[in-house]
Amino acid sequence: MSESVSEVPKAPDTPGAVPGAVATPVAPVAGAPVGLGAGGGRVRRQSDFLYYGLRNKKLVFGLTLELLLLLLAIIGPIIAKYPDQAYTGFPTQHPGSKFWFGTTDAGQDVFAQVVNGLRDSYLVGLIGAMSAAIIGMALGFIAGWRGGILDEVLQMLTNIIVMMPALVLIIVIGSYLSHPNLLFEGVFIGLTTWPWVARAVRAQTFTLRSREFVDLAKLSGKRPVSIIVKEIAPNMASYLFLVVVLLFGSSMLLAASYDFLGVGPTNSVSLGWIMQQASNEAALQLHYWWWFIPPGALLTAMVAALLVANVGLDEVFNPKLREQ
Amino acid sequence: MRRYLTRKIITYVLAFFVGVTIDWGIPHLMPGDPIQNLLGRFAGLNSASYAALYHQFAQAFGLNVPLWEQYLNYWKGIFTGNWGISIWATGAKVTTLVFQAMPYTLALLVPAVVLSYVLGNRLGAAAARRKWLDNTVLPAGYVFQAIPYPWLALVVPYLLGDVWHVFPTAYGYGQGLIPTWDWTFISSLLDHWFLPFLTVFLVSLGGWSIGMRNLVIYELENDSSRYMRALGANERVVRRYAYRNASLPQLSGLALALGVIIGGNIVTEVAFAYPGLGHLIFEAITNEDYFLLQGIFIFIVVGVLIANFVIDLVYISVDPRTRLSMQGSTT
Amino acid sequence: MSISVENLSVAYRSHRGDVTAVDNVSFTLADGEIMGLAGESGSGKSTLGNALIYLDPRMKQIGGKVMLDGKDLPIADSRAMRSLRMTEVSLVPQYAMSALPPTRKLSKLISDLLKSHGIHNRDEVLAEMKRRIALIGLKDDVLSKYSFELSGGMRQRVTIIMSTLLNPSLLIADEVTSALDVSTQRAVGEMLLEFRDRGFIKSAIAITHDLAILAQIADTITIMYAGRLAEKASTDTIVNEPLHPYTQALIASLPEVGVRYDQGTLTGIPGRPPSLVNPPTGCRFRDRCPFAFAKCAETPPFEEIKPGHQVACWKVTEEVK
Repeated sequence: MSESVSEVPKAPDTPGAVPGAVATPVAPVAGAPVGLGAGGGRVRRQSDFLYYGLRNKKLVFGLTLELLLLLLAIIGPIIAKYPDQAYTGFPTQHPGSKFWFGTTDAGQDVFAQVVNGLRDSYLVGLIGAMSAAIIGMALGFIAGWRGGILDEVLQMLTNIIVMMPALVLIIVIGSYLSHPNLLFEGVFIGLTTWPWVARAVRAQTFTLRSREFVDLAKLSGKRPVSIIVKEIAPNMASYLFLVVVLLFGSSMLLAASYDFLGVGPTNSVSLGWIMQQASNEAALQLHYWWWFIPPGALLTAMVAALLVANVGLDEVFNPKLREQ
Repeated sequence: MRRYLTRKIITYVLAFFVGVTIDWGIPHLMPGDPIQNLLGRFAGLNSASYAALYHQFAQAFGLNVPLWEQYLNYWKGIFTGNWGISIWATGAKVTTLVFQAMPYTLALLVPAVVLSYVLGNRLGAAAARRKWLDNTVLPAGYVFQAIPYPWLALVVPYLLGDVWHVFPTAYGYGQGLIPTWDWTFISSLLDHWFLPFLTVFLVSLGGWSIGMRNLVIYELENDSSRYMRALGANERVVRRYAYRNASLPQLSGLALALGVIIGGNIVTEVAFAYPGLGHLIFEAITNEDYFLLQGIFIFIVVGVLIANFVIDLVYISVDPRTRLSMQGSTT
Repeated sequence: MSISVENLSVAYRSHRGDVTAVDNVSFTLADGEIMGLAGESGSGKSTLGNALIYLDPRMKQIGGKVMLDGKDLPIADSRAMRSLRMTEVSLVPQYAMSALPPTRKLSKLISDLLKSHGIHNRDEVLAEMKRRIALIGLKDDVLSKYSFELSGGMRQRVTIIMSTLLNPSLLIADEVTSALDVSTQRAVGEMLLEFRDRGFIKSAIAITHDLAILAQIADTITIMYAGRLAEKASTDTIVNEPLHPYTQALIASLPEVGVRYDQGTLTGIPGRPPSLVNPPTGCRFRDRCPFAFAKCAETPPFEEIKPGHQVACWKVTEEVK
């Protein structure tokens, strides 16, 4: 009996659980669910997609917000008046015209730190999501396509990995490594979150491989790899995209937790690290709210924008969810 | 069902095996010598005493035998309850420390998970059918889902503790109190428990609500719902069936989210200096107490396995397909 | 008469505008009549049939009226329809295979449905259901099973029994045999006939694209094309003496039993049905019709040209005159 989550790529479909602070399978596969794109009704034409896409408030809002934040991450460090780690000589300043987000108790510019941290977050999100996507898609395709013992092994593997408490694991590993860096953090996140992608891909491959157009391709003598790439992948593309977007968000959240605990990269400023510093320096008790409110608030905005856009995208792809 | 259970049990056994192996393997595969690090704390050793002490520690920690034997010894230790000795809390057994911290963590985790799951599901299901509720629950849910644990763990105590002085913001109980079973102590316990609990609760709540809402919407439009409506069933009945179908994936989702929730728990405990396992981990890191770290890891792995198993049992009792299916994996 | 449909039009909203799936359709059904509703995919037959019992929220009725047993059937008012569903009008849906909820036993499902209709003698009704299940040759322990424990054919038949349990006046059977193997198809067909003969259902509309099953069970056949009715006559007439060019082409395209491939080729109907977003004026079959002439630019009325035989075609009406 297959895991129930695997048959429901939910967001709506499904279902699908995504890690980070996100606790449920949205969608997909959700899952499932969230509904993460239920089975039928894929948008076929470009015009359909654009039409519904532009009219979907969630997608537009989420995308716009995300782009704005991305813009901030790119130009922020350029327009910031001070380098992120520099001591300006003006400790614990309230936010004002001189220091937009105030300064830390050591006199560092919080705005500069935060916008540099945004960069780190986007990067680790990207690395984490891409690693998870690559591993997950590869393994998921193979398991879904071949079935049999390969599939059982993969299911066992995903179940085991999901059960490992990743945070403790990275703490254990990280404490032995002397210099963790961003790449390591991102890849670690990818290595612990790929099961989500693999599950969804596997479920979709199963459903799609028994469809007629695949039989047709088989009959016409195409090789399996070609079938996977040309016939199955495009049909899953929308769903896969949704899962990857969710993973992007959860990677950012996971990285923030890791950085906060001190097992993240130490050579650059990250949002989690800023919050850790604030906490260590008793910013709460001393009411230095400008130190720890902005990093978390921006990170929340980044992830929330992604989630909302994701849902909007799901509605565009899956007519069943549209509220009309 | 027998086959289903067998597969599950094999998975658990394998997971345990993998967990223990990783746990044992990391310190041995990582660069650096744990005993050297340990000895680094002792100042003023000349080379002779250094060598003697090194030899002593190597023996004490069983590091002077070949690797494979160390591995087996580790396993032996696990099963005999000898999980090593803490370096930081010098001499205290790892098991003692873990069991001391465990009740605090469980008191935090269990109510937070259960409550957020139950309430989140109710909220999500209600939002699925009332537009006005949907319009508030949904955005709120997304925001809460997007909040990083550390941030909430800072903002909540800031507002409710430092600004509005409603609750204390650190430790498990009042600093001047001695743990006894009297009301002063217990009320202090609860006082200190509330904010960390609230933090873990709030973050999960959003996720469950949204998940359930989506699942319910999906189920309300599936074929059996349409059929029931076509046969004149009233909407309340249709909804009941939809909820039932929707709670299955949600339950699976709970099992899958455990690892993440534990992670969040750890972060919260650290932020609140709450004396649970998370805080213990943090102490272990800062004091480079690898043995304590390893012991806690095993403990958490076992905990997750048990929790998964419990959820599996509940799932079987709720889903007739799993209960009655005599087949193995379905395609 | 049992059912009377007058000038019924149903449309659904799409982002390209309203699409009229059912355009000005009129017909009547007598008591005891099983009418087959046949046509290509997209002809509107499913929309027509389903509209008579449950109008999807995305659809709206834009004209006409429906009468059942002399009383108005308020298909546009879902709340008013609720008490009539299953009791007066019932449906065996196209998705019957997945219509039964997977997590409830069938007996519980029936119980809940009956409760919804305020029927309190549930035990009696359940007993009747068991009788009917035995009637079609299934074991009555089916009721204590879950839907996934049944085979496709069993599910289809159980769904039919469930849908007809309260002896509705009209049963709408949407593609009831499409997903089945030939022998089960026959069994289901016979089941429908038997139910009608025993009075479990008064009349039925069998929607399908498969004329063969209609030949087995239908008294009359209505052919639908691009949202409009093309022809309605007794099964015999449609199969042996069809008048509408579309019907003729359909019948002609069916393979004949016993004919070898070197004795003749299969013919189809060249072309495709028109888009209903912007339907052409006049007869919609015009572009594919070998007999089209000038008058076809005007919409032909669906009228009775012989007793019990209605056609919408200028060529036919001209010839009859």
